[in-house]
Amino acid sequence: MSPQLAAAFDLLPDYLAWHVLLSASALALGLIISLPLAVAASRSPRLRWPVLAFAGLIQTIPSLALLALFYPLLLAVSALSLSLTGHGFSALGFLPSLLALTLYSMLPILRTATTGILGVDPAVREAADGVGMTAGQKLFQVELPLAMPVIMAGVRTAAVWTIGAATLSTPVGQTSLGNYIFAGLQTENWVSVLFGCAASAVLAMTADQLLGLIETGAAKRDRRLMMAGAVGLLVGIVIAVLPLVSFGKPASYVVGAKNFSEQYILAELMADRLERAGGTVSRKEDLGSAVAYRALAAGELDVYVDYTGTLWTNVLNRQDNPGRQAVLDGLTTELKSRDGVTVLGSLGFENAYAFAMNADRAKALGIVSLADLAREAPKLTLGTDIEFLSRPEWKAVDAAYGFRFKAQRSFQPTFMYRALSGGEADVISAFSSDGRIAADKLVVLTDPKGALPPYDAVILVSPARAGDQRLIAALKPLVGSIPVAAMQAANYSVDRDTAKASPAEAARGLVK
Amino acid sequence: MPQTTIELSSIEKRYAAHAALAGVSLSIAPGEFVALVGPSGSGKTTLLKTINGLVTPDAGSVRVLGEDTGAVPVHILRRRIGYVFQEIGLFPHLTVGENIGITPKLLGWEPARIATRIDDLLGLVDLPHEMAGRLPAALSGGQRQRVGVARALAAEPKIMLMDEPFGALDPVTRDQLGTDYRALHEKLGLTTVMVTHDMSEAVLLADRIVVLKAGVIVADGTPGHLSASSDDPDVRALMDAPRRQAERLAARLSESPA
Repeated sequence: MSPQLAAAFDLLPDYLAWHVLLSASALALGLIISLPLAVAASRSPRLRWPVLAFAGLIQTIPSLALLALFYPLLLAVSALSLSLTGHGFSALGFLPSLLALTLYSMLPILRTATTGILGVDPAVREAADGVGMTAGQKLFQVELPLAMPVIMAGVRTAAVWTIGAATLSTPVGQTSLGNYIFAGLQTENWVSVLFGCAASAVLAMTADQLLGLIETGAAKRDRRLMMAGAVGLLVGIVIAVLPLVSFGKPASYVVGAKNFSEQYILAELMADRLERAGGTVSRKEDLGSAVAYRALAAGELDVYVDYTGTLWTNVLNRQDNPGRQAVLDGLTTELKSRDGVTVLGSLGFENAYAFAMNADRAKALGIVSLADLAREAPKLTLGTDIEFLSRPEWKAVDAAYGFRFKAQRSFQPTFMYRALSGGEADVISAFSSDGRIAADKLVVLTDPKGALPPYDAVILVSPARAGDQRLIAALKPLVGSIPVAAMQAANYSVDRDTAKASPAEAARGLVK
Repeated sequence: MPQTTIELSSIEKRYAAHAALAGVSLSIAPGEFVALVGPSGSGKTTLLKTINGLVTPDAGSVRVLGEDTGAVPVHILRRRIGYVFQEIGLFPHLTVGENIGITPKLLGWEPARIATRIDDLLGLVDLPHEMAGRLPAALSGGQRQRVGVARALAAEPKIMLMDEPFGALDPVTRDQLGTDYRALHEKLGLTTVMVTHDMSEAVLLADRIVVLKAGVIVADGTPGHLSASSDDPDVRALMDAPRRQAERLAARLSESPA
């Protein structure tokens, strides 16, 4: 077995357990909500239309967006609950994923259950009344059993959708089989991506077949077949979720990471040091840039690495650039006083937004600085990562130099470099610590007007952990210990196409 | 025992602009076999369904076994009244035995008592005992309606309401089932109200025929009384039909083969 495949199998029990727990809970919750709604809708034509239209509307929201929308919503509800009752809750991870997937599972169940109940032979309903059944007896002894095969067809559809969409819960901080896909996409580990897809597909097919057994049993009025399906499902869920129960000791530290290789490596580095200091660690990876800081401030993460420029512009909403040290000092005092977040210190390297070109191309066009780039821009295509063009850094640098590019295109970071080498982009928004800058023979353009803020990598610690001596003692030695060349090399070992290292392996090589 | 088993007083029922029942009063004595007849839309089925609460009248009162039906929860009332209708409505997910035993089960009878009752009823409606374990889909139309009658009789009701019970069956089965049911009516001392559009069936089975037209009763009496004395030409025509039919049948059947 290839080492990549073996690594993927090692992660399976944890990822699968969460994926099954999440999907099964969402489906169960979806059923509990949808069935009474469907009964009400089948009784009242006036209710039927709005209920089915609402469920249909939810289905039109892209599932990733639905998951993303629940985070700010829950954050607000949690803040409200905290101020009213003194108890907040985690707005990240399981809860937003569960709610979004529950909503997502409702449409097929609602539709089929309503149709199924309405489809019961009127003569049989009349007989139910005639023999003296109450409304409840008629529903549970006649209507639901007869609608069962149709309802189960809807449940099967819902199960397949939910299991597929659950892979998208990774970016809101919920571990799932999606971790294989998102992490694999970032590090160009296609074995991992395929493994995630296959695992999710096998899971969906298994659930579908077991539910199909119940459906067939219901249609043939064969109770043994229905029991076999139900027992199979239950046993499957219990076995899959078991790793969480037996090894699910509450993690004492939650280490966060955004969605690129450097973040994975640094998260592994910190996790390793915390574990050596005797702590247990869980990871929340693939977080969106804005999500990560708010999660830390809310205490859902204990520690993660962010970049001074990002915090300066996005968190403090500052447009100015007073210089590297002033930005770091300003952040240290302001984040502490505003959110209680501790800036433990800079790791020693910058991962700045930079504009990079092929060295040969830049030389041919006579481009050295961003001012030169502005002059040649109408002939060039700008390639960026997905968020860059909506970030304040872009607005600042665009305001300073007045770019007029021929075209602007957005890519996943890994594809952005491909676009540059493939000629689909002439200049890209690179990151200065990216190992591919040296490896691909790129040149970083200078910024004579100082429009781009500094991006020192800093360790951020949550308010609750500010006084945690074990954590401080474990992570403080990392401050100032990583030169940019070391980080570039570590990043490249994960990002390169051949002989790829895992983030954990890269982390071990990072600090001697 | 009350003087009347079913007492309907000034029953009115409207569906939108259409008056299905326009003030109907009817007393039915214990042990009577009453046929409700009349053209389609005359209100006979609506009238039948007011007795077991499947239709709630807009005005008027219904008393069953001396009790105002408005004072009893409707499902309790229905468990005391057998109900058989043309579409039968056997529960397709329950066996024949479970179908027959449904009302006793709702009433909370002991399982052993229900099992005995199912067995007795299968014999009563002339079905083999091993049929109890089959699903309704495996039965013929006539067998299904026999199960329908058995189900209606299961909780030992005093009253049977029948809405064109044998209307969908072939003539031979229909005749057989009608005759069998009439015998059960006698044997069990039932009070039966049967809606039918078949005058021959009404004349052959019922003690008393009630004719409805446009939501009112236009004639009420024994078959012999109605055919002899009614002033209403429609009623006369209705009552003459079975007689003329019988005469023609007798004449045709006695013709010697050519």
